Amino acid sequence: MTLADTVSLAWGSLAHQPRRTLLIALAMSIGVGAVVVLTALGEGSRRYVLEQFASLGTHLLIVLPGRAETTGASPGVLSGQTTRDLTLADADAVTRLRGVARAAPLNVGVAQVSRGGLSREAVLLGSTADMLEIRHMRLGQGRYLPAGPSDQATPVCVLGESIRAELFGAGNALGEWVRIGDRRFRVIGILATQGQQMGFNTDETVAIPVAAAQQLFNTESLFRILVEARSRAAVPAVKESVLALLKARHDGEADVTVITQDAVLATFDRILTALTLAVAGIAAISLGVAGVLIMNVMLVSVAQRRSEIGLLKALGAPAASVRRLFLAEAGLIAVLGAVGGLILGLAASFVLGRLYPALPIAPPLWAMAAAVATALVAALLFAWLPARRAAKLDAALALARR
Amino acid sequence: MIELDRISRGFQVGDQLVQALREVSLAINAGEFVSIMGPSGSGKSTLLNLLGLLDRPNSGIYRLDGADVTGLDDAAAATVRREKIGFVFQFFHLVPRLTAAGNVALPLLLAGMAPSERKAKVARLLADVGLSARAEHLPSQLSGGQLQRIAIARAMSMNPALLLADEPTGNLDRATGREVLALLEDLNRRGTTLILVTHDQEIGARAKRHIAMEDGRVVGDTHPSPAGGGEMP
Repeated sequence: MTLADTVSLAWGSLAHQPRRTLLIALAMSIGVGAVVVLTALGEGSRRYVLEQFASLGTHLLIVLPGRAETTGASPGVLSGQTTRDLTLADADAVTRLRGVARAAPLNVGVAQVSRGGLSREAVLLGSTADMLEIRHMRLGQGRYLPAGPSDQATPVCVLGESIRAELFGAGNALGEWVRIGDRRFRVIGILATQGQQMGFNTDETVAIPVAAAQQLFNTESLFRILVEARSRAAVPAVKESVLALLKARHDGEADVTVITQDAVLATFDRILTALTLAVAGIAAISLGVAGVLIMNVMLVSVAQRRSEIGLLKALGAPAASVRRLFLAEAGLIAVLGAVGGLILGLAASFVLGRLYPALPIAPPLWAMAAAVATALVAALLFAWLPARRAAKLDAALALARR
Repeated sequence: MIELDRISRGFQVGDQLVQALREVSLAINAGEFVSIMGPSGSGKSTLLNLLGLLDRPNSGIYRLDGADVTGLDDAAAATVRREKIGFVFQFFHLVPRLTAAGNVALPLLLAGMAPSERKAKVARLLADVGLSARAEHLPSQLSGGQLQRIAIARAMSMNPALLLADEPTGNLDRATGREVLALLEDLNRRGTTLILVTHDQEIGARAKRHIAMEDGRVVGDTHPSPAGGGEMP
């Protein structure tokens, strides 16, 4: 029997029971659709996070105080030694290193920002002029923090767009004075609105010179030093030289941690890919359930069509042909279900994409291929037993009954 | 054409072995018209199934066209059935969702014949049984006599040398039964070996050779024309 004839004979028998066929195909569709939608969501969040990181710049290194790894310190040497803080001088030294395009110290705190009777809390970023470039921020009006020695506490500030709107409304803000904590600062720039960036909403921040922030928060230390390497290739070398420099500056104590953007990126990528796969796997379980449904329906079908199977055998169909016929039926149902599932999944992804425009929702091609393949394999696997039963049917017995 | 040598077939029913055929030996020549008659349980259906390779004997040898077909595996037996044997059943056994033409085409489809060639052949077969006008009808739209004629057309589609008919008139009224039998006799006259199992004395009497069975044995084998096949005890 040719493949075309097998398929058309199988199709005829499916078309003869349209409701039953559609119901099993629907079960299969839901499974395929679930895989498509869930992987679309997983892939969407992965891309969202990666884009967030990329917006920070991929040449970025972050220096933070303290060692991230545990060393085997014996309890006997508790000499009151704590980790050394990062200082402005450290940041200046890092800026002069080979391979470093720019570096910016960073202090972060929350302070009350007020103008006249209006007042609100804002995230205060103490930094230098290089911060603008390093964080890929854009200015709306005016200029950013002034270049020059980092220890100069010039009383100027750059407002995020929401802060400006809340304090000044429609009025002019540039050149006006605001009170931050117990000091007055002149507004020299407004950031363009750009929304969320790695948990910080830049619209709700206020930037001031790092020295001013240190005075405001009464501290000598830095929260972070952000370093931008000249190129992506230079990142590992810069990491080594930053570590070596700070070790030397801290009396031979390796007490800082340098996180490279690449490492963070790779970690998040791994975690989120694993998450997407896990979600896809869970959704694929429903394909297994649909497979069991196919098996059940096929077993009933074989029992109902005993005399037809017996007839085919009497007319000269070998067991293998009978088996292929039933497998073709299962395969056709799976194809029907897979097509329906893809349509269902893509439609649902489209709707979700409309509901959450921030998430770049798009079902990955591999997931769609895998869902279709899994549906086919599950259908054929679970149809194997009924098909085998049909193939093994005793033709003489099947034909004798009415 | 057919040679059975001490064929036995038993069935396990519960803890009892029921002997359906006991050492049956039989020879049937090409072109014969043989009726097999006997009471229920005499083994005539079992014999027909064995002849059609739908069943296997427990012992004995079955030769078809000189070749031993006793121990053929499933695929080989299917090939022999497809190419040499046609079946006609008491309950017609037409596939209800296929049209008359679709049913007649089934053996050709199983044999892998190309669709265009198949179509011409089916038209000829339906014309032979006088049902060209009913080609696109479903079995549920046809009468018993028409159904059996379609079943005969299907059985003849591969031009088998041997036609096995199990009570072909059992579900038809007398007049229609005679028509169907006339069709079978016509095929026999054109050279097909016809073996017919029946309860009906009148139908059985039309055969040229009568085999009577009882209790798994051949108890009578009348041969009106001695020039035919080998005499059996």
